[in-house]
Amino acid sequence: MHGTKILEEADRLMTVCNSCRYCEGLCAVFPAMEMRRAFSDGDLNYLANLCHACGACYTDCQFSPPHEFNVNVPRTLAVARAESYAAYAWPRAFAGTFARNGLVISLVAALSVAAFIFGFAALHDRQVLFGTHTGPGAFYKLMPHNAMAALFGAAFLYAIAALAMGVRAFWRDIGEPIGMKTDAAAVLQAIRDAGELRYLDGGGVGCFNEDDRPTDRRRLYHHFTFYGFALCFASTCVATLYHYLLAREAPYPWWDLPVVLGTLGGIGLLIGPIGLLAERWKRDSILVDEARYGMDVAFIAMLFLTSLTGMVLLILRETAAMGPLLAMHLGVVFSLFVTMPYGKFVHGIYRFAALVRYAMERRAMAQGTAE
Amino acid sequence: MADLNQKFDVLVIGGGNAALCAAISARRAGASVLVLEGAPKFYRGGNTRHTRNMRCAHDAATDILTGPYTEEEFWDDLLRLTGGQTDEELAKFMIRESKDILNWIVEQGVRWQPSLGGTLSLGRTNSFFLGGGRAMLNALYLTAEKLGVEIVYDAEVIDLEIEHGMFLSAKLKQPIDGTSEIRASALVAAAGGFEANIEWLKEYWGEAADNFLIRGTPYNRGSILKMLLDKGVQDIGDPTQCHAVAIDARAPKFDGGIITRHDSVVFGIVVNKHAQRFYDEGEDIWPKRYAIWGRLVAAQPDQIAYIIFDASVRNSFMPTLFPPIEGGSIAELAAKLELDPASLEKTIVEFNAAVRSGTFDHTILDDCRTEGITPPKTHWARRIETPPYLAYPVRPGITFTYLGTRVNRQARMVMKDGKPSANMFAAGEIMAGNVLGKGYAAGIGMTIGSVFGRVAGREAAKNARN
Repeated sequence: MHGTKILEEADRLMTVCNSCRYCEGLCAVFPAMEMRRAFSDGDLNYLANLCHACGACYTDCQFSPPHEFNVNVPRTLAVARAESYAAYAWPRAFAGTFARNGLVISLVAALSVAAFIFGFAALHDRQVLFGTHTGPGAFYKLMPHNAMAALFGAAFLYAIAALAMGVRAFWRDIGEPIGMKTDAAAVLQAIRDAGELRYLDGGGVGCFNEDDRPTDRRRLYHHFTFYGFALCFASTCVATLYHYLLAREAPYPWWDLPVVLGTLGGIGLLIGPIGLLAERWKRDSILVDEARYGMDVAFIAMLFLTSLTGMVLLILRETAAMGPLLAMHLGVVFSLFVTMPYGKFVHGIYRFAALVRYAMERRAMAQGTAE
Repeated sequence: MADLNQKFDVLVIGGGNAALCAAISARRAGASVLVLEGAPKFYRGGNTRHTRNMRCAHDAATDILTGPYTEEEFWDDLLRLTGGQTDEELAKFMIRESKDILNWIVEQGVRWQPSLGGTLSLGRTNSFFLGGGRAMLNALYLTAEKLGVEIVYDAEVIDLEIEHGMFLSAKLKQPIDGTSEIRASALVAAAGGFEANIEWLKEYWGEAADNFLIRGTPYNRGSILKMLLDKGVQDIGDPTQCHAVAIDARAPKFDGGIITRHDSVVFGIVVNKHAQRFYDEGEDIWPKRYAIWGRLVAAQPDQIAYIIFDASVRNSFMPTLFPPIEGGSIAELAAKLELDPASLEKTIVEFNAAVRSGTFDHTILDDCRTEGITPPKTHWARRIETPPYLAYPVRPGITFTYLGTRVNRQARMVMKDGKPSANMFAAGEIMAGNVLGKGYAAGIGMTIGSVFGRVAGREAAKNARN
């Protein structure tokens, strides 16, 4: 017996799939399934997070609906995955944020932006807020660098801590020892697999979205999004180093590394989310967890807004609009940080952990066969 | 959709591997092609949906095949498994053509993978479809659509107009866009066997056929085959025979597919409804042992049997869809199976007493056997003594039938008078009996389908142009 109805269904499906195995070449889920004969809650949560939702196993399955065996692995694992996010949330009191995630994220974002705007308005007179500021330190006329660093550093550290607690819960749930020595080879393999979205390719032809014609568009847009995000993050890191090590203050000229990285990343983070949203909109509803539509859209929208406000700020930073735009951008980024552990962002974290585990299992199996 | 009033060059009836290979090859040869699939879109493709591999000859190992499987070896295997009931010329032609099919089918979008988990014994001879038979079928349909093959689903053909061995038109049960008569210059019949037609099976098996389960599509009712044979096409293959394996008695009547199979016979004993053993469970290794049990169970009262084993071997074979039925004692298990407890206990006590221990190895014909009981268990015999005791109920699962239309090397149908048809071709299960008079080897049905489908399409296109 399992803890939830969806895990009961996942168990039923894995029993069907394990006696068939036709899909084992499509992704990591089925080979991982084959290493087991029975499935605990943790096993199923592991498989759910290992699934990249490419949909190939649904299109290829001779038992998918309307067949009476009613095998729909992508949707079942999508629901199980979303429920696992709530189960691992830290602190436990925040598990409910996954229930109406779109609403929660929207409220936090709106409050955060409002707080920055009101904060700027309350602390500065109109000339400062709507003034034109240029040259090094221009942003810090509105919010001192140390205050900015302290606030965002704290938010970021909180997000990291909450995510780490979630991963800890996940790792324990799927049956891995907490104090395990770092397995460098497995981590490297997982970085490779995640970096190229190896298991979002339907076994080589692309994933299935709106119909039975495979495409690689979701993978492409996800790459734009992920690498865009990574470049923006790199931009922030470089800027921080500039500030503390070289004593060079933002804003930086357009050709300087933080701006170049941020601009490239920002473009990726505009194209990627729009593409993902369009694909999500078209996606065959049979493949997805419709109840979590809000969670998917909220995260994509947050990434898009982060980039949009940042890009507009870059373009208009030497005008009187800079103050309000900075407030908006900081408000969006702050809410992105604090909601990271309570939204779709966690999919990447748990999936990465699942990929590490899969790489470890694969190697253990290979060694076992060799002996 | 195309105008169905036009006269097509090639009409393909059926929608599985053979039909699609024929359609694609005819289209590539320049013909206009219409495919009429009797099933709705989800169930398209007949039994191809349930397949997973194809047996093709090859002279060297490949990315996915572990070693060579020469034409000679393939022929030897075919000769042995059919007991000589094969058309040597056609069979050798098919085996030779199968070599090129390995590449040709990839050009049609099908992808290969190494043999699936639990099927290591096929790693050298059989190429597996990445994603299974439905993935293979989806790829063929996409290719056919891209090439401009017209495909209509839910298009059941109820009559064929044939004059002196020449196909003229096909009549649809339900008109499509007002058209119910489809004309074409050539016909490829690739509509499968009649295993899902219980009434037809009853002609040979009597009431026992009511207890048969059909492993594949419910749409293989043999209606096209019957029309062709009634209209002068020469038949081939034993009509009274069908290929059957033992599958779980709890499986659905139709379309349970691969996952209802049981391959645990060697790990225990098999008893009938009187709790009596009836055949040597240790006679031969996979795949032969897998292939004979359907027929054996079909010959038992009520066409039911029970594989009985104990807890010590429960994890020795692939996990099964339906869990084994458990009993803490033999009597408890018997009660759950509705067998006579005393009889089952007696059968097991006698069996256990007859076991002569040896070194168990299920991958070879080992030396664990019984002495002094009938029937014996000649290999893998071990005592059934570790509770809980476990059982799978099994029934005959019908895979395909052997009766078909006679064809020549062009896949052209041969009429009862021995003359080749003017414009009718056949491919797949509907003509498999030419090559496979009896018996079965994994993946050979798909070889027949692809090879003769490709040939039939090419020849039909040529025929239509002349």
